[in-house]
Amino acid sequence: MTEPEILRYTRETGDFSRLLASIPYAGFIGLTCDRFGDDLIFRLPRKETNLGNPILPAIHGGVIGGFMEMSANIYLMMTQDSLRMPRIVDFSLDYLRAGLNRETYAECRLTRQGNRVANVMVSAWQKSRSEPIATARAHFLLED
Amino acid sequence: MDNQTRINRVTRFINTLNQARELGISVTEADEGTLTLCLPYDDRIIGNPDTGVIHGGAITTLMDTTSGCVILCALDDFELCPTLDLRVDYMRPAHPHQPVYARAETYRITRNIIFTRCEAYQEGGETIANCVATFMRIGKDASPKQFRDLITGGEE
Repeated sequence: MTEPEILRYTRETGDFSRLLASIPYAGFIGLTCDRFGDDLIFRLPRKETNLGNPILPAIHGGVIGGFMEMSANIYLMMTQDSLRMPRIVDFSLDYLRAGLNRETYAECRLTRQGNRVANVMVSAWQKSRSEPIATARAHFLLED
Repeated sequence: MDNQTRINRVTRFINTLNQARELGISVTEADEGTLTLCLPYDDRIIGNPDTGVIHGGAITTLMDTTSGCVILCALDDFELCPTLDLRVDYMRPAHPHQPVYARAETYRITRNIIFTRCEAYQEGGETIANCVATFMRIGKDASPKQFRDLITGGEE
């Protein structure tokens, strides 16, 4: 997915700009990431082209999925010791509230790290972290 | 409702979804309770710059859109049904520079819930991903009549 050199740079500096610039889809939906100590917070800005339901209006459910999926992927890349790249196996998403046309945040948790498979939980929210708009669970295959 | 009416309704609905328009998603085929949509290849949705493979998020959006829109092909009256959950299993990366198709069907419709399944594939028939989803029926009055008329073309 990404050059080992960019990955090393991102891990050492906590500057995600080079990594994100190398992934077109991240820019397509506008995903950014900030590191606070060891924690990563992913951010999806308010963006007209990300909308689905025009009545509310609300962010397209697929964009919320793509945002959370990429968050989980980057999170896992950052928590691995080696430079191996995680490959997504499955992704399960529960929509809890409408994602309104405003900034959205996501954080991830490594539920289980096996030798070959990792399980990551993702939670996305807007107004308050205690009121998630969606939660997701993903399995990744880790290969050298 | 004939298949041309289904195609028209889904096309009008997709055109109201900014993200679907941005991705250039279009209707390939519609029938009673089944629908096929097409996602064209685009450099902007690449997830892996080394291989040119598109990101799973774009596939998720294609499958979410197809699964949500197949409901329009199953119910006579237009109802906006929010997604409750979605599970995607990735079989293999999509070949770059080729469109991805998604074919969805409603396999069970109850008073409150609609169950769908969907397969994403490319020409040649290789499966890219499978998806099952559930949608909640909030009733046709949950969306404004003006919007319903826009989708149905005022036929109801």
